[in-house]
Amino acid sequence: MPGKLKVKIVAGRHLPVMDRASDLTDAFVEVKFGNTTFKTDVYPKSLNPQWNSEWFKFEVDDEDLQDEPLQITVLDHDTYSANDAIGKVYIDIDPLLYSEAATVISGWFPIYDTIHGIRGEINVVVKVDLFNDLNRFRQSSCGVKFFCTTSIPKCYRAVIIHGFVEELVVNEDPEYQWIDRIRTPRASNEARQRLISLMSGELQRKIGLKVLEMRGNAVVGYLQCFDLEGESGLVVRAIGTACTLDKLSSPAAFLPACNSPSKEMKEIPFNEDPNPNTHSSGPSTPLKNQTYSFSPSKSYSRQSSSSDTDLSLTPKTGMGSGSAGKEGGPFKALLRQQTQSALEQREFPFFTLTAFPPGFLVHVGGVVSARSVKLLDRIHNPDEPETRDAWWAEIRQEIKSHAKALGCHAVVGYSESTSICEEVCILSASGTAAVLNPRFLQDGTVEGCLEQRLEENLPAGCGFCHIPYDELNMPFPAHLTYCYNCRKQKVPDVLFTTIDLPTDATVIGKGCLIQARLCRLKKKAQAEANATAISNLLPFMEYEVHTQLMNKLKLKGMNALFGLRIQITVGENMLMGLASATGVYLAALPTPGGIQIAGKTPNDGSYEQHISHMQKKINDTIAKNKELYEINPPISEEIIGSPIPEPRQRSRLLRSQSESSDEVTELDLSHGKKDAFVLEIDDTDAMEDVHSLLTDVPPPSGFYSCNTEIMPGINNWTSEIQMFTSVRVIRLSSLNLTNQALNKNFNDLCENLLKSLYFKLRSMIPCCLCHVNFTVSLPEDELIQVTVTAVAITFDKNQALQTTKAHVEKSLQRASTDNEELLQFPLELCSDSLPSHPFPPAKAVTVEKTSPMGEGNFRNRSAAPCANSTVGVVKMTPLSFIPGAKITKYLGIINMFFIRETTSLREEGGVSGFLHAFIAEVFAMVRAHVAALGGNAVVSYIMKQCVFMENPNKNQAQCLINVSGDAVVFARESELEVVSTQQPAANCQPACTGGEVTT
Amino acid sequence: MTSELDIFVGNTTLIDEDVYRLWLDGYSVGDAVALRVRSGILEQTGATAAVLQSDTMDHYRTFHMLERLLHAPPKLLHQLIYQIPPSRQALLIERYYAFDEAFVREVLGKKLSKGTKKDLDDISTKTGITLKSCRRQFDNFKRVFKVVEEMRGSLVDNIQQHFLLSDRLARDYAAIVFFANNRFETGKKKLQYLSFGDFAFCAELMIQNWTLGAVDSQVDDMDMDLDKEFLQDLKELKVLVADKDLLDLHKSLVCTALRGKLGVFSEMEANFKNLSRGLVNVATKLTHNKDVRDLFVDLVEKFVEPCRSDHWPLSDVRLFLNQYSASVHSLDGFR
Repeated sequence: MPGKLKVKIVAGRHLPVMDRASDLTDAFVEVKFGNTTFKTDVYPKSLNPQWNSEWFKFEVDDEDLQDEPLQITVLDHDTYSANDAIGKVYIDIDPLLYSEAATVISGWFPIYDTIHGIRGEINVVVKVDLFNDLNRFRQSSCGVKFFCTTSIPKCYRAVIIHGFVEELVVNEDPEYQWIDRIRTPRASNEARQRLISLMSGELQRKIGLKVLEMRGNAVVGYLQCFDLEGESGLVVRAIGTACTLDKLSSPAAFLPACNSPSKEMKEIPFNEDPNPNTHSSGPSTPLKNQTYSFSPSKSYSRQSSSSDTDLSLTPKTGMGSGSAGKEGGPFKALLRQQTQSALEQREFPFFTLTAFPPGFLVHVGGVVSARSVKLLDRIHNPDEPETRDAWWAEIRQEIKSHAKALGCHAVVGYSESTSICEEVCILSASGTAAVLNPRFLQDGTVEGCLEQRLEENLPAGCGFCHIPYDELNMPFPAHLTYCYNCRKQKVPDVLFTTIDLPTDATVIGKGCLIQARLCRLKKKAQAEANATAISNLLPFMEYEVHTQLMNKLKLKGMNALFGLRIQITVGENMLMGLASATGVYLAALPTPGGIQIAGKTPNDGSYEQHISHMQKKINDTIAKNKELYEINPPISEEIIGSPIPEPRQRSRLLRSQSESSDEVTELDLSHGKKDAFVLEIDDTDAMEDVHSLLTDVPPPSGFYSCNTEIMPGINNWTSEIQMFTSVRVIRLSSLNLTNQALNKNFNDLCENLLKSLYFKLRSMIPCCLCHVNFTVSLPEDELIQVTVTAVAITFDKNQALQTTKAHVEKSLQRASTDNEELLQFPLELCSDSLPSHPFPPAKAVTVEKTSPMGEGNFRNRSAAPCANSTVGVVKMTPLSFIPGAKITKYLGIINMFFIRETTSLREEGGVSGFLHAFIAEVFAMVRAHVAALGGNAVVSYIMKQCVFMENPNKNQAQCLINVSGDAVVFARESELEVVSTQQPAANCQPACTGGEVTT
Repeated sequence: MTSELDIFVGNTTLIDEDVYRLWLDGYSVGDAVALRVRSGILEQTGATAAVLQSDTMDHYRTFHMLERLLHAPPKLLHQLIYQIPPSRQALLIERYYAFDEAFVREVLGKKLSKGTKKDLDDISTKTGITLKSCRRQFDNFKRVFKVVEEMRGSLVDNIQQHFLLSDRLARDYAAIVFFANNRFETGKKKLQYLSFGDFAFCAELMIQNWTLGAVDSQVDDMDMDLDKEFLQDLKELKVLVADKDLLDLHKSLVCTALRGKLGVFSEMEANFKNLSRGLVNVATKLTHNKDVRDLFVDLVEKFVEPCRSDHWPLSDVRLFLNQYSASVHSLDGFR
């Protein structure tokens, strides 16, 4: 009996009218945990009941504490008929189970009903008393901290990074049980919400157990997903990286200032790569290399050939039911080989992190990915989900072998996803092959390495680019040169990765969002035939997507992609591919060659002319982009032995680069010069490609976008942030759909969506859209749904320009920048009486004014949680940090799942009105939970699922949304540091606060 | 390719002031887009018409969802669904409750009933304000009226507390509510030259001096209803014109005081009896509801127009009236 849960129901407000006669409500509350239920008294005839209940006490196992949500139901008492439910609140009490997080959950929660949405609010206080036998964890894993953030959380230090943990649980989907035919939609939705809540609790607990087994105390980069497999069940799966974290005693060491989140790690990487062990130090996150390891396609041919799991050829090296990294113990290895073998002993040397402590990442080999097409069958025994485990194990094995082929022993930035249509499911996994520094994987003292690192004064920002594989035995054709930075090691000509840009990387100019978009029609088919058709299409799609990415990258004059995410979505009659990444120019890599167009029929005069016209356009675009993104690398052509002999004649054709697919015929290499990338226009398809290349419009001036955490070249973020979700669904006209028409539609959809975002956020200029995350789904035959979540951050243009200099100066500069900012803030406050001030600073200030206010309110509120105070501001961001602020405490993970359904779609404003309201409600519920935990922001926020189904004929629609993130407390840097030194600022802020409260 | 669904939801709800104005003015999405195009926004931002359409729709949807909350502004402050900075909340409320001068002049003093609501069509045609906007303004008047009627305490304070309006706007609403409650006629042709501001000024003075609240501050409806006793007492003024001696004395007092100070002295002297009779008659009739309604019509007919026909400057009118009422206090029976 290791825990006592205590709940108090304080009051309600804004309740709906449940009794038409009196226009009032007789409300009472049921509090349920596990199988125990308590009730409050009925508070008669009020829309703002004050129950002020006693403490309801539940004595429960800690296992239950982890699995079960607290369920609060508000009802309207009815003497003559059944009591009507007003709505429910589910509270995840997990954050109360570890010591450093929240100690109490207290606040106003929206009362949610799956049919009516939010109906008033309820004030609840929840506490947990844990008894002191926490040593005997048997089934529970209380105390293990979870973070969605894919880097080491700001106020912690990684002592050991143990490695990959994964787990999945399955169950029948209540929506598909027989009982669903006789129960109300509400009951069905609630059963589903509750089940998923239970399953995520269980999943988290099981993962926690694995972490404890590995002797870790936290999971970082925790990603949990649902697969709604329909008839065959419901799968909840999660992956993460087990770590041992230490809380930093003096958080001052970390300055998450206004620029990059990981400023603190600007150490220099070591350039000499071969002995990773010797330099324990290295700068932050060296990423390495190259990419278009297009190895994945190889895998398809085998693996996806049949949907039947048993056929897969992947060697099953005695993996159990998929528990990862069993051997989390310390590895002592002084040589690379040893390291490698040590890592190899782990079942899967995978890391879900995308940013790393200094010195962790030694080299990057390139992107590795694997996909597999499976036919879903009913899960017969939910307690032993072997099939699903085996499927994933197979894919992971695939990934591991790809990484090995690249000379890497680990995979970082690892993620998994699925796409399901009817009974076909595509499982995908991708990551970046890498060589890691073993120091972090064992019980060594990190202190030692840190010191050591400072002494090594090696050229910065290129180590991770150096190839990890043997250049004589390259896994794929690549064009190697000596590193343009250190001149000692070889680097590839292009580098693709799934991780964030390492903070120490030397980047020239700014980056930009690059997307490849692709659709392929597919015949409708059943079962095996369908799976085979999809398997056959996949390699082509992957290849095309890759080609597009490469072309667009060249067109931007850049040479590396970060944060690459390729999503393949399956529908009834088509496949969609969407790849997003952030392109940058890495100083260590060679200048990309241009793109050259070659016609197939050189004799035709007008054709030639056309070609040369196109060529000119392309060249102009490249030149324009270079200017736009400020890419002007030092011109030093004759470097010591720059072009490496072997790959000399390697002019590469777009269409010939994948080594793996035999189907693709090698094209004639004779066109084109050494460096140029040749586009052969041999048919209309190719023409289309070229056109689509040129039709991508750059963002309007003042806007930048990227899908990584931060934008290289921009350092001076202001605190004005706006997180948003935008959803679009288009209906294709079903007549004569061709691949081209489909591509165009899809392309337009994405481009228009981006344009709309730029327009909507124009008041934030100069601004950067960060962490732009596109998700594509195909809800029905002719529908394409695109969901985008991102955060817009305003930056200070003037300062940003200055700070793009060499990163060596960064630290100095940062200090001075900070000062400038501090100074600037009060000054601007005074000047902001001119509302029409055309310059960004004024704008930034107005916002600044409101946010301190908000926090002011928040503080008041937490001090005295009185019912009438204004609602505290809760920020949400997909990033792991908050610009201009310091995260002082992590309160726990937020992981919420909601269903909303309507049978009066028209009355609720049609599909747009319905979904708009629902998403706003989801945000509200997330904010309310964070505020109740005592937090004022959610970081690493992600909308993992947004499944929307409509039936306009029946006036019905249903939507499922799953979101997660880390609840945190942050403090403005200006508040922390300025108050003492900067009188004006100190004066201004309280003034604002006062003003606010009166409104 | 048709767009089925198109939404944008920010953690902080985006409010575009220009679009909000168009929405408040009752334009349809199509008209609003056309107006925005005309404003040159496409050229400034390089956006396309489709983007503008989508943006406008989105804002309209947001406003539509917020409208329910705007009906009870304190709810907007306490709700959790839309995160809106307080300054923006204030703007939303203030603009929502703002009204057009042309419109308010049409309904000022009318009963805020269904019947009047039916006439909004005509008002819309007459004023050029869209019907939608007329409805919103009318409903605002009615809503404020319903909430504050039968409430204790100062009318302005009550309005401010329940609708969170600025001081100025709350005063305007107090005037509107006061006029609607007493049904003062303001629509006659003769009164057309008076602005809403003129009436609001009168309303404020009447609330201060003529209502129950002016005497006793803790009664229901105190600022809305005229003090019946006070009106009854006004009957006593009749003596000022009925008693010839008193009338002469009053006149001589006023004339003595104003001699040399008034540009229109001779006209005043000649007209004193008529003016005094007019004013006193208006005052003594106020015990009848019908005459209360016609207060402004009568004042204009009996006093303003005679003055105007003699070209009295405003300063002279003010001097005269001050002296006229001050002198009464030195008359027997008024001391």
